[in-house]
Amino acid sequence: MSNYFSPFVLPFLFGVIALIVICLIKYIRWYKQFDRLQKTILLKNIFSLRFLSAIWETVMEALFHRKIFKRNFLLGYMHASIALGWFLLIVVGAIESELALETDKPFWIGIFYRYFIHDPQAFPNAHFFAHLMDFILLIVLSGVILAYVKSVFSRFFGMKKTSKHVVFDRFAKFSLWLIFPLRLISESFTAALYNNGGFLTQGLGDLINYSVADILEIPAWTLYSFALGTFFVAMPFSRYMHIFTEVILIFLRKWGLSENENVSGFTMYELSACSRCGICIDNCPLYKDLKLQGVQSIYFLRDLRYKRPKEEIADNCLMCMRCMAECPVGLDLMTIRRQLRNKKELDTNDNYKYIDNLQSFNSIGRVIYFAGCMSHLTPGIIDAMLTIFDKVDQKYWFMDKDKTICCGRPLMQQGFTIQASELRRKNTQLIKQSGANMLITSCPICYQSFKKEYNLPIQVMHHTEYIHMLIKSGKLKVRKDDLKVVYHDPCELGRACGIYQQPRQILKTISTLLKTKNEKENSLCCGYNLGNTVIEPEQQGEIRNAALGSLIAKNPDVIATACPMCKKAFKRATNCNVKDIAELVKENMIL
Amino acid sequence: MKKVAIIGAGPAGIEAASILANQQVEVLLFEKSLNTLSNMLDKAYLFPDFSPANDLVDKLNKKLLHQQITLFTGTEITDVKKDGKEWKVIDAKGMSYIVSAVLLTSGYSVFDAKRKEELGYGIYNGVITSIDLEKMIKYNQIENSMGDKPKRIVFLQCVGSRDEKSGNNYCSKICCVTAVKQAIEVKKLLPDTDVYIFYMDLRMWGQSFEEMYRESQEKYDVSYVRGRISEAASTFDKKIQIKAEDTLLGVPLKMTTDLLVLMVGMEASCGTKTLAETLHIKGEYGFAKSLNCHLQDNETTQQGLFIAGSCKRPMGINETLADARSASVIIMDYINAMQENDK
Repeated sequence: MSNYFSPFVLPFLFGVIALIVICLIKYIRWYKQFDRLQKTILLKNIFSLRFLSAIWETVMEALFHRKIFKRNFLLGYMHASIALGWFLLIVVGAIESELALETDKPFWIGIFYRYFIHDPQAFPNAHFFAHLMDFILLIVLSGVILAYVKSVFSRFFGMKKTSKHVVFDRFAKFSLWLIFPLRLISESFTAALYNNGGFLTQGLGDLINYSVADILEIPAWTLYSFALGTFFVAMPFSRYMHIFTEVILIFLRKWGLSENENVSGFTMYELSACSRCGICIDNCPLYKDLKLQGVQSIYFLRDLRYKRPKEEIADNCLMCMRCMAECPVGLDLMTIRRQLRNKKELDTNDNYKYIDNLQSFNSIGRVIYFAGCMSHLTPGIIDAMLTIFDKVDQKYWFMDKDKTICCGRPLMQQGFTIQASELRRKNTQLIKQSGANMLITSCPICYQSFKKEYNLPIQVMHHTEYIHMLIKSGKLKVRKDDLKVVYHDPCELGRACGIYQQPRQILKTISTLLKTKNEKENSLCCGYNLGNTVIEPEQQGEIRNAALGSLIAKNPDVIATACPMCKKAFKRATNCNVKDIAELVKENMIL
Repeated sequence: MKKVAIIGAGPAGIEAASILANQQVEVLLFEKSLNTLSNMLDKAYLFPDFSPANDLVDKLNKKLLHQQITLFTGTEITDVKKDGKEWKVIDAKGMSYIVSAVLLTSGYSVFDAKRKEELGYGIYNGVITSIDLEKMIKYNQIENSMGDKPKRIVFLQCVGSRDEKSGNNYCSKICCVTAVKQAIEVKKLLPDTDVYIFYMDLRMWGQSFEEMYRESQEKYDVSYVRGRISEAASTFDKKIQIKAEDTLLGVPLKMTTDLLVLMVGMEASCGTKTLAETLHIKGEYGFAKSLNCHLQDNETTQQGLFIAGSCKRPMGINETLADARSASVIIMDYINAMQENDK
């Protein structure tokens, strides 16, 4: 038995063992739930150098919480001070005990160091370590105090709405909040007795009566140990499971794993990596504009983790990806949502019999123009694109002019994955047979589909990319008009595919582009995204009006967008001109 | 003082002005545009009796030649305020007029078909609205985009009415019968032209509407297809190709036509919307709201403020005129009661 043991260590010991056992059981079980492909990828990459960048990301995100800092300084400081501070308390505590003791170093010694090592001169520079440990504790405490404040005044932390939690979360949270004040008190009592504290604990200890400290020292350390034990036992069942899981997830991602069509072990890691910070709530259009609660990603993931969420919640999401842009852990929230929209069992086989009759068209030396179903409802965009093709003498095959099939993405969004793959198979065949060297689409929905869900041997471009290329290479000559334009980033083109620059470059060339409040990854969804099948047209209108309000704030002459869906949404509700970039370019072509 | 301000010189405003003037009331009639009856000027014939619209326009305008009526054209009313027992009406130039009662007859405007881009209005020349066709009928110039006589004309009902997506869930009431009327007129002028009407339901609610509908099929060979047109596109020879579903046969269909006529619905006019808002009598879809639709359909929550005609809801001309006459009676009662009290 070690010299450095006292019965009050037991709750802590029990907690640590429980934590390790429960986590191992969970992690191994989830690993077993990986599908064959995921396991192959993992084994292939696990011994590569990718772990270096994983370590870097772990430090930046899991310890420093860079993404949260970017969003709000106080919120970032709160997370970083607790995570990094606690990590340092453990590491520096371990170094301290390493320096002080030669043999007999039980692993808990760093946690209870001051209680067991009374000599303030235990090793050279021991004083410095005492001050350093106090300083780190002070940082952690400041984070904990901020957490108290945040639970009352979340607004100061840039959050209007904070999340509601399950019972385990409350247990874990209250024990977490107690751990560091109890450590401060325990160390101060010990410092009062043995004068071995740093600036903070000794300062407090000097204020404490010796006999009081003598009586209360052991109870204080016991409470501290209990708080730690409680937290460790509750942790794997609470949102704090994210502390370890987030790190593992960073490594898994670096090793090449991602979500696939079905809920897998990887999904379980993602669910547990969600810290339920609630950052996704405020900017969700369904909360921001409709005040709908309980459908946001945080609640969806929580319900999925503890029980199966209701189908309606899975369906009640615009898939605008606004939450993904905000998520500090970078979870693949859209794919997880789609996994729960599984409708592939529905028998729709007969619906797709007709597609076998479709014929390809010899397009060697041509490009394929795939307008998209939505562009067929905005013929102005098609008209503009065909005019531009003629203008630059580009021969094309208008693939979906007549008798055509959809790209498949709307079906996939709704969980008809098998049906969608039928369409993709046929489209791929038609495209390959045509011999064309490029596919240009006017619809960001199709664009994302062709780009990410197809594996096409030819280049895929959205028409903004194509037009940008034409203008840049001098093939298409345009003039600059005197209109003031704002640009609305469509979700499927911006957040989903990262096309932000080309549309802006085009607009700057032909008009004066005004800045708006919500740009690029912060752009607001027009409300008519095909992702949601639950909300009513009036509710779509509310979301649209919010986006519209931000666009017309500076009284532009034209609202430009690059998506037929967004165009239709805005056009219904404003007297301001709403045009696709292709239409504006057509108007500004030099003959 | 017996003085009433009427805002809007359409059928309702003029009819009410004339009746009130005959009762020795001094009427100030304000009209935003330079002409009275501007919505009626390009109308050819009126349903259900096919009487020339010009006749009605002339008769109504003649009623304005009354010494009790002062007509202010090109005068937009920007604000109306209660001023003690009286009302103060202020125009865009800042001139104000004190009256004892105000009648709002600011009317409707037609749905802007460009808002339904899938139907191609404003993009393809072959797509026109019922307003454009009425003008063509009036001047006997029914032509397609190439200047030729159309061999086929397709009408589409409910453009901007009964349509959740454009935000107008209500029925505009007059478009069904207008399409039947216009189809017959087209057939009278161009007997060899095929005419199709795409509809959701045909609402032949008025006197002799049903008979017109029947006659259009039996005598004029107009074809009716139940189903909505989902999109329109241009063909290489500048015709319009439409995609639709025949919901009675349950089959999708495509059709090429020389002209596609969109039967645009009625919306509250810009003036109706803003005045209803400032006067706190805004009802659904921006129309003005009456106190109740049975016994107090010309009265509002504001004492001395009355409403008549299509600023309340979609209405045909005959209904509008009747509503204006009923408003006049109520206004007379109101003014007389006011004078009784003053004594």
